[in-house]
Amino acid sequence: MSTVTTRLRGRHDRNLWFLIFVGPFVLGLVVFVYIPILWSIWLSFFDAHNTVTPANFVGLGNYVDMLADSAFRSSLITFVVFALFIVPTTFVASLGLALLVNRARFAKTFFRSVFFLPTACSYVVASLIWKLSIFSGVRFGLMNTVLGWFGIEPIAWLSVTQPPWYWLVIVTARMWLQAGFYMILFLAGLQRIAPSLYEAAAIDGATGWKVLRFLTLPQLRATSTAVLLLLLINAFQAFDEFYNLLSSSGQYPPYARPPLVYLYYAALGQGQDFGHGSAGAVILTLLIALVALGQGRFLGLGRRED
Amino acid sequence: MAVIQRSRADKTGIVIRYVVLAVGALLFLLPFYLLVRNGLATEQDITSPSWKLFPSSLQWSNIAELFNNPAVPMLRSLINSLVIAVVQTVGVLVISGLAGYGLARIPFRYANAVFYFIVATLLIPAAVTFVPSFVLVSSLGWVSTLRGLIIPGLFQAFATFLFRQYFLNFPRELEEAAALDGTAYWGTFWRIVVPNSKGFIAAIATITFIGSWNAFLWPLVIAPDQSAWTVQIALSTFLTAQTIDLPQLFIAATIAILPLVVMFVFLQRWIVAGVERSGISE
Repeated sequence: MSTVTTRLRGRHDRNLWFLIFVGPFVLGLVVFVYIPILWSIWLSFFDAHNTVTPANFVGLGNYVDMLADSAFRSSLITFVVFALFIVPTTFVASLGLALLVNRARFAKTFFRSVFFLPTACSYVVASLIWKLSIFSGVRFGLMNTVLGWFGIEPIAWLSVTQPPWYWLVIVTARMWLQAGFYMILFLAGLQRIAPSLYEAAAIDGATGWKVLRFLTLPQLRATSTAVLLLLLINAFQAFDEFYNLLSSSGQYPPYARPPLVYLYYAALGQGQDFGHGSAGAVILTLLIALVALGQGRFLGLGRRED
Repeated sequence: MAVIQRSRADKTGIVIRYVVLAVGALLFLLPFYLLVRNGLATEQDITSPSWKLFPSSLQWSNIAELFNNPAVPMLRSLINSLVIAVVQTVGVLVISGLAGYGLARIPFRYANAVFYFIVATLLIPAAVTFVPSFVLVSSLGWVSTLRGLIIPGLFQAFATFLFRQYFLNFPRELEEAAALDGTAYWGTFWRIVVPNSKGFIAAIATITFIGSWNAFLWPLVIAPDQSAWTVQIALSTFLTAQTIDLPQLFIAATIAILPLVVMFVFLQRWIVAGVERSGISE
């Protein structure tokens, strides 16, 4: 037995063990991540309608078409508008909830659980509640009932093609789903602040806003950066609530199409235009990789702390 | 005097904070209430022009009607979702757990290169690759199959990354004690490392399960046939359809979130740990 293990400790056997442990994952990653991406890059240079083995090379044509396509550009604008709404509001809401829950002296766990619970909900279910109950465009919808108490006429929240009403529905749904998640991250950040810092601040006579402004917020800088980055990346990938709130009987309105919704209909819709769809995916991937890299130490990758 | 005033201000502050917390909690719970309320109401109650907090009667029969409705593949889609979520969770734990341990502990000349090869994919948001993934999986002939729904989701670079970081900080003394016994990597991993990492594994397991159960875009793309619908796709199809049976749709959604709500109540500790890990890796 012991001679066997001694032999297994040799360098060749270590390589073998590395292969056994890491190999399956790397193989899967190659097949299901790298190959599709490379294939997609290849497709993006071809005219590929309804085929994934095209022969008609078009060079950068698909990219030129995409960048010239006003629908594609407006999907990027839709993302920017969406991000401008959702990032600051969710950031403030989740930070506020974390500060309130953190300072609660009793029922702290209860409140934390309540605000965290929507994370269990899928975007589909949230869209269902928002579309058919809270923001139902008819008179019996909850919001319209509340407006009715003040003598305000019902609003057809999701069918008004002009902003801002559909934005209100989309943004509140996502906020409800996500605020608790980011609150947990802020709570973890708050718990890492040494109590001695607060004691020192109290001795100096600092209270309320001053403590928040000059102690708590600076100490939360790492958490805040991570939360902002995650909010931005998640907003970029928004699909579920747009699709479920706005599409009906297979039709999606021409407005309020964020990048993934645009891509979904461009590449997998009736045209099955994989060439243009792939070019769009490549452009979007480059954009988001730039954002992530621009944020610097994305998730602190590559630090080997041994 | 000043001290007394100060404590009165403190008390007012506490009251205000609790009022805000209570109002916030009510707003956050309201959508859940609406879900259950509408699920157990009649269509007339829901569409009644005067909004009621409580339905006039509780229609428990809505549940039986939902499962007996031949137009709605409710049971089938629940089973599909359960199979997918369980297999993906177990698969990710085994595949990423092994890979993370290998990267953290087994000396290999190109280990760093392999690690960068893996984390490079983290820069590419998974959702953006749905077009190329669809192209690949459909050419394998896996459209509307459980294979197509499950297998592409088994290789999670982020889970591998988290496992590696965790194993780097695993106490070496425990492993060295095992190594003296003559246990090789395989035995050390399964007999020493895994039993001593239950909390971390539970954290990764819960967030993987939640992500899998709630997944939408990939099942929408890859499973057009009713037989392969997950519960999210079934709900979405009826939500975006023209004719909607409101009580059935709401009771279906209630049933769809029930497993996760139960998980949140009983396993919250691990879910919170998982969220903290996935948000910021220290």
